[in-house]
Amino acid sequence: MSTELFFQYIAAGLTYGFIYAIVAIGFNIIYNTTGIINFAQGEFVMLGSMTAITLNAFMPLPLAILLSVLITMIVGAIMEMLFFRWLESPTVLRMIIITIGLSIIIREIALAIWGENVRALPYFTGNEVTSVSIFGAHISPQVLWVIGICSIVVVALQMFFKFTRYGRQMRACAANREAARLCGINAKNMVTLSFVLSAGIGALAGCVVSPITYSQYNMGVPLAIKGFTVAILGGLGNSMAAVAGGLVLGILESFSVWIMPSAYKDAISIAILLLILFFRPGGLFGRKEELALKEF
Amino acid sequence: MRFFKGFLLSVLMMAFMVFPVYAAETIKIGAILAVTGPASFLGAPEANTLKMLADEINSKGGIKGRKIELIIKDSGANPEKAISFAKQLIEEERVFAIIGPSTSGETLKIKNICEKGKTICISCAAAEKIVNPVAKYVFKTPQKDSFAARKIFMQMQKMGIKKIGVVVGNTGFGKAGKAQLEKLAPEYGIDIIISEVYDKKATDLTALVTKLKAKGVEAVVNWSIVPAQAIIAKNMRQIGLNVPLFQSHGFGNIKYVKAAGAAAEGIIFPAGRLLVADVLPDDHPQKPVLMKYKRDYESRFKEEASTFGGHAYDAFMILVTAIEKAGFDKEKVRDAIENLKGFVGTGGIFNFSPTDHNGLDIDSFEMLTVKNGRFVLLEQK
Amino acid sequence: MRNIYLKILALTITVVGIDLVTNAMDKTYYLTQLTMSLYYAMVVLALVLLMGYAGQISLGHAGFFAIGGYTTAVMSTINLLPYKDKPLINTLDKLRLLVLREDLYGDQILSFNPWVGVLLSLLIVAIVAYIIGIPVLKLKGHYLAMATLGFGIIVYRIVLGTALFGEADGISDVPAFKILPGLSINGEMDTKRMNYYIAAFFVVVLVYLLLNLINSRPGRALRAIHGAEEAAEASGIDTAKYKLKAFVISAVITALAGALLTHFNGGIGPSEASVMKSVRYVAIVAAGGMTSVWGGLSMAMILNFLSLRGYFGSYDDAVFGAVLILIMLFAPEGLLSLKIRTGIKKKTKQPHNI
Repeated sequence: MSTELFFQYIAAGLTYGFIYAIVAIGFNIIYNTTGIINFAQGEFVMLGSMTAITLNAFMPLPLAILLSVLITMIVGAIMEMLFFRWLESPTVLRMIIITIGLSIIIREIALAIWGENVRALPYFTGNEVTSVSIFGAHISPQVLWVIGICSIVVVALQMFFKFTRYGRQMRACAANREAARLCGINAKNMVTLSFVLSAGIGALAGCVVSPITYSQYNMGVPLAIKGFTVAILGGLGNSMAAVAGGLVLGILESFSVWIMPSAYKDAISIAILLLILFFRPGGLFGRKEELALKEF
Repeated sequence: MRFFKGFLLSVLMMAFMVFPVYAAETIKIGAILAVTGPASFLGAPEANTLKMLADEINSKGGIKGRKIELIIKDSGANPEKAISFAKQLIEEERVFAIIGPSTSGETLKIKNICEKGKTICISCAAAEKIVNPVAKYVFKTPQKDSFAARKIFMQMQKMGIKKIGVVVGNTGFGKAGKAQLEKLAPEYGIDIIISEVYDKKATDLTALVTKLKAKGVEAVVNWSIVPAQAIIAKNMRQIGLNVPLFQSHGFGNIKYVKAAGAAAEGIIFPAGRLLVADVLPDDHPQKPVLMKYKRDYESRFKEEASTFGGHAYDAFMILVTAIEKAGFDKEKVRDAIENLKGFVGTGGIFNFSPTDHNGLDIDSFEMLTVKNGRFVLLEQK
Repeated sequence: MRNIYLKILALTITVVGIDLVTNAMDKTYYLTQLTMSLYYAMVVLALVLLMGYAGQISLGHAGFFAIGGYTTAVMSTINLLPYKDKPLINTLDKLRLLVLREDLYGDQILSFNPWVGVLLSLLIVAIVAYIIGIPVLKLKGHYLAMATLGFGIIVYRIVLGTALFGEADGISDVPAFKILPGLSINGEMDTKRMNYYIAAFFVVVLVYLLLNLINSRPGRALRAIHGAEEAAEASGIDTAKYKLKAFVISAVITALAGALLTHFNGGIGPSEASVMKSVRYVAIVAAGGMTSVWGGLSMAMILNFLSLRGYFGSYDDAVFGAVLILIMLFAPEGLLSLKIRTGIKKKTKQPHNI
């Protein structure tokens, strides 16, 4: 393989990787504060991009994206308040089933609103055929946008969790909910906040990837499955590891196409998920001491 | 306790069955379409078209004085539902004929059911297996895949292309196309050096087109009906794979062109003439039919007409024409369809025969290309 | 025990009653969808065993269903006629494992006897379930849900990507399954009643076995696992063994349903392996109350029947999504429990880990 091709595969892998990672981060935020895997995470991505596309008809792109992120955040808050806030110590099984149900309902509502048509946001810079050349590989500028925004989100999240009051409170809830409550933290509000954050990040992800992947009412599920795989690969709850996990999976997928029929590309990533679940459920980057405390 | 509640519920269920059945002097036409679900881009325009036509005919007093009662069943592209609906339409509703299903997989599942139930079925799906072997009661309106493949290869010969890459989506349409391309390529002295399948929900195909580039193909044929066909065009141009891109007749939806934006320019593909109705010469026999359908559809549903809706138009109008000729006897209508010649539809001019239940020939396709975001005839370009 | 026989008797009467009512009203065509619903009900009952009794969620049962259906579909449609003279095929033919038939269009097809296909499908699923069950059942909660979901997706991908399985078109023209002379599973319009009774027979037997299981030693062990796995382990129950057994049995029942429905429908497509199908089964089990055989059975019959008749129109998936949410929010022990709770105070039961 020529170096040019090699870098082209790497570039493709990076594109997939960052898209998956940004979805995985959304999973992690909710998981950290509540212990729930939100199977409707992909629907936030879909809602974000579909709303932005609709709004973009009336206003400039940056404003449309901002507004759609806000709207999706509100949807996230409503979702938490309607379906989770008032449940008393629900079991994991019940939570899984509720989020799956929500995912179906949101998808069906989106179908009713937007129909089955495929839409897309315009490219943030350039158009469909623009590409920049790096190491002989051609990359769409939108990929750079995805990478840039994903990096900003990760850094901003770290800052938020480390240096702000709410961020610290959320971490406290994640570490020990009871203890956090005893210290006067309103754990329920923290859960709502985590849904809001997660919805916002999902929506933002939906907007940046829309020019590349297109948006359709049913785009959420495949993204959610990949995002979850990546979250597990990195170790549930760890956003930095999710980025690393995303890149690993993205590049593996990209090179798998080189070696074998692309029809089996998705089967590969699921097989990786199963292997990780069976042999290293704490993820590639989970530390041993931490793992000993967790239950899988 | 629970047991008795369950018992009560099942009794309730029996009560469900006492729904009234209306019998009136109408003619019942059933349709099994994938209005929602993964093939909704086929089923939704097809359902719209049928509703529009039924309303139009009913407002004129129906066929030979009998109004049409259209029963559309949404299968969501699930074969098991198509099977259930087909039996329901045949045994229970005793429909005169069934339009659809939208996908090949579903049609192949109900082919035998219609055959045994002696009910006319005019499918809107592409696969050749639907009419080969010929089943007495099963017809289809979309053009044969093999004609599209031949058209593409003929164009390639003109352009001097020898080594090509084939990529298809993993739907029934893609599968059938791949088989035809691989079968016919040697006839035209064309060498398929790589052949790949991608997921119908694929979101980025950069890795796949990189593989094509590495193989040094002289042209790419993409055969699919899913959004990914716009993605492949984009990704090819982005990575600098600047060889001609051929698409199948599944490209016949302006939405895909819009989605692909600048990357759609120069894509070559075979299609029925619906897409270029306005640039056809005025004396073309199909022009009036095409323009009327396009205008009616677009004014009623506020979206652009696609060739898929056109397949339903042809199916419905063939049936109506046959009924007008032969009356309300199923067998006679079936014979009338089988002997229908020179029927001008959106897909082409249909000439059915006992051995050809599709009725279209290779001239039903025109080679089109995209210029400035619009479809134009390749030779006009 | 007498109680069980009474219940089975009542179930049998219901089965016969439905048939007689549809006949009396001249609406025998309902039997088509009822038969299909009965086969789907087998899957739901299999899931009640796994989710309700053993407390293990599975989002991959459509995978087992598809393996069952596709195996028998391939075996009974593959045409071996061109290889008739090969020694292997010849031997198979001599062993009477092959049958020669003619399809609607007059072509001769030499393929395996459906008995071979159905039994092979059960065997394959038992092996697959055993192999993946060992690592999968070590997981809990989300991890278990995701692992089973992953298994389902892999099956779906393989089915969709493999020429042998007909890719997106699936497999059609699956012949009738002649169980005994005069008794066969097929989709012909004039054998609807026979097929209804065959499907009902399987369901009644399954209900009988499940009801017996609850009161048996393994049944108690499974319920103990459901209630509190650690406690069960501590009191000397080999939880891993019981969970695995429940998983394999559940998978095999599901595969049987898949194989039989494939013969009834005369074909199978990839949609039977889709994630949405798995989610539907879970939705029905949840609606029936997880642990309840009767709840699961009645919900499976009602929801599938209505869905297959197209009552939900284009909102089919939405209905199942809504069922999932509403049940889990307001009646996590199932619809049937709802009225009981408002009426008589509920007897204290062992805690459900739902």
